[in-house]
Amino acid sequence: MDAIAPLLRVDDLRTHFFTVDGVTRAVDGVSFHVDPGETLGIVGESGCGKSVTALSILRLLPPRIGRIVGGTVSFEGTNLLDLSIAAMRDIRGNRIAMIFQEPMTSLNPVLSIGEQIAEAVRIHQGASQADARARAEEMLRLVKIPDAAKRLDDYPHQFSGGMRQRVMIAMALSCNPQLLIADEPTTALDVTVQAQILNLMIELKERTGAAVMLITHALPVVAETCQRVIVMYAGRIVESAPVDELFDNPLHPYTRGLMSSIPRLGSAARQKRLTEIPGIVPDLRKPIPGCAFAPRCGLADDRCRNEAPALIEHVGGHRAACFKAGAPA
Amino acid sequence: MATIAEPIALGGPRGAGLRSFVRRNPTIVIGAALLSVVVALALLAPWISGDPFTVAPVNRLQSPDFSNFFDPGKANRFGTDNLGRDIFARTIWGARVSLMVGISVALLSTSMGLLIGLFAGYFRLLDAIVMRVMDALMAIPGILLAIALVALTRGSVPVVIFAITVPEIPRVVRLVRAVVLTVRERPFIDAAVSVGSRPAKVIFRHILPNTIAPLIVQATYICASAILTEAGLSFLGAGVPPEIPTWGNMIAQSRLFLARAPWTIFFPGACLAIVVLAINLLGDGLRDRLDPRLARRMR
Repeated sequence: MDAIAPLLRVDDLRTHFFTVDGVTRAVDGVSFHVDPGETLGIVGESGCGKSVTALSILRLLPPRIGRIVGGTVSFEGTNLLDLSIAAMRDIRGNRIAMIFQEPMTSLNPVLSIGEQIAEAVRIHQGASQADARARAEEMLRLVKIPDAAKRLDDYPHQFSGGMRQRVMIAMALSCNPQLLIADEPTTALDVTVQAQILNLMIELKERTGAAVMLITHALPVVAETCQRVIVMYAGRIVESAPVDELFDNPLHPYTRGLMSSIPRLGSAARQKRLTEIPGIVPDLRKPIPGCAFAPRCGLADDRCRNEAPALIEHVGGHRAACFKAGAPA
Repeated sequence: MATIAEPIALGGPRGAGLRSFVRRNPTIVIGAALLSVVVALALLAPWISGDPFTVAPVNRLQSPDFSNFFDPGKANRFGTDNLGRDIFARTIWGARVSLMVGISVALLSTSMGLLIGLFAGYFRLLDAIVMRVMDALMAIPGILLAIALVALTRGSVPVVIFAITVPEIPRVVRLVRAVVLTVRERPFIDAAVSVGSRPAKVIFRHILPNTIAPLIVQATYICASAILTEAGLSFLGAGVPPEIPTWGNMIAQSRLFLARAPWTIFFPGACLAIVVLAINLLGDGLRDRLDPRLARRMR
C-alpha cells in the first residue's frame, strides 16, 4: 500500500461555513488518500460533508461563506491549498476534473455541446478551434453518443438527462485528468440510465488510467464500482475499508445502519422489515464533544458521548472511528 | 425545470413557414411592418420629398392637398407650416432624427449598461460601489439631466443622444445585474469554473449570452422612450436646434397655430405615436417570444 505514492492525500481537512447563524463545521478533520488509478467511494447521507470535501479539493467553495480553515490537500506532492488562483485554474479541468450531480443544469443552455466540451481543451492545451472541435467529437464518440459529429452543434435541451451526463463525462475527461471527482453523478438519473453511466465511467477510467473519487449516498453504487470506501458522518470519516471488507464486515454502527436500511434480494432477507436509523443528523453548528453518531446509536455509552473516537485500523486497511467497533448490536 | 433562455426556433415547427410565424406572432409582424415603413421613408427622404428647410412665406399655412401625392416636388402634400415649409418633407426628415436618436440611445445605453451590469453582478465588491452610483443617477429625473446637459453645451443631435443615454444606463445595469445574479448561481457556472475558466471567460462566454434575450426587449423599450424624450426635449426647446426638422420641434412650433392649421401638428404627432407604438409592439412580441416560459404557454 505504501509502495506507490498516493495521487491525492487529504490530511486533517477542515472546511467551515461562516453563516449568519454561526459556524457550520461541514468538514471537520477529514484525512484520506486516493492512489493512482483507483476508485474511491465516499458515502454518507445528505449534509455529511461529502460534496464539501470534493469542492474543497478543487477550491470551489462559495466565496466568503465557505472557507478551508485547516489541513492540507496534496495532489502529486503539491499542496493545492497553497497554490495561487491562477495555478489552481491550471489544475481544474486539466489534472483534476469534476462531474456534478445535476446534468440538467450543469450545461450552459445557450452554448452548443461541442463548444462546451472543447472549452477545457482550448483552455488547457491551447488547442486551435479546429483541433478542439476534433477532440470534442472524439470525446463525444468515446462516451457513446451516436452521430457524434452532428450532435456537436446541438444544444443541451436537445439531449436527455443520461445523454447530458455523458456529455459532462466527455467534458471532464477531455484533458485526460489524473483524478476525476464525480459528485453524485447518477443521482438525478433513471435507474437504468444510472447503470449505463456508471459502467461508462468505469470503462473510461480503465482506459485513461484516471483515479476516480465517487461521491454518492447509494451504497449499491459503491459496491459495484469502487475498490475502497469511505463512510462519512457529520463532517468526519467514521469508517474506511476495501469495498468487500466493508460490505462483509461493517464495523461502525452507522455503516451497519446504512446497510440494513437498503432492501436486499434473497428469500431470507425478504421477510425482514427494513430498519431505519433513528434520529436525525446532528446540528453541525454546535461543537460535538463525543462521537457524532452517539445520539442515534444503540450502543452508545458515556464514553461515546464525551470522547471523540479516533479512526483506528482494525484489520488490513479497515479503519473505524468507534469504541464499539464490531460489537454485536 | 425552469430555464432562463433556451434557444428558440422563431418560426415554431420547421416547415410551418412564414404564414404560421405571422399567425403566432402578430405583434412582432405588425410592429416590424409599421417600423420598416417609417424606416424606408426616412431613408428615402431625399428622393421622395422636397427640401425641408426651404422657407416660402407666400405658401404659408396651406392645407394638405393629397392630389398628385407622389410628385416629389409638391410642397403641400401634408400642407405647409407658418413659414411655408413642407410638412411632408419635415415629417420625413424628422423621422431620421427620431430614429437615429432612438436607435443610438438604445445601442449605447444597452452596451454600456451590459458591460457595467456584467461586472457589477459578477464581482460583489464592485457591485456595492457601482450600484450606489447607479442609484444616484436614477434619483435624478432623466429629462432634467438632459435639459441641464443641453443647456451646458449647445444643443445638437449627439448631445441629445448623450443626454438621453446617461439616465437610461442605470435601468439597463439593474436588469443585467439581476440576470447575472441568478445565472451565476446556476450549476453550469460552477461547471465552467471547474474546468479552469477565467472570470473573464465565465462572464463573457457563459453569462453574457444569457442576458441577451431580456436585453433585446429592454432595448426596444428604451428606443421608444428615447424617441419620446427627444420629442419632449425639442418641444421644450432644450433639444435639437429649432431649424432642424424633428417631430418635437414641429409640434412645438405648431402649437401656436393649432386652431388655424391643425395639420401642422397632426402629421408629426401621428408619426411619433405610430413609431412609438410600432416599437412597443415589436418589444412586446419579442418579450413573449424570447421568454421560453411565456412562449411555451402560447404555443
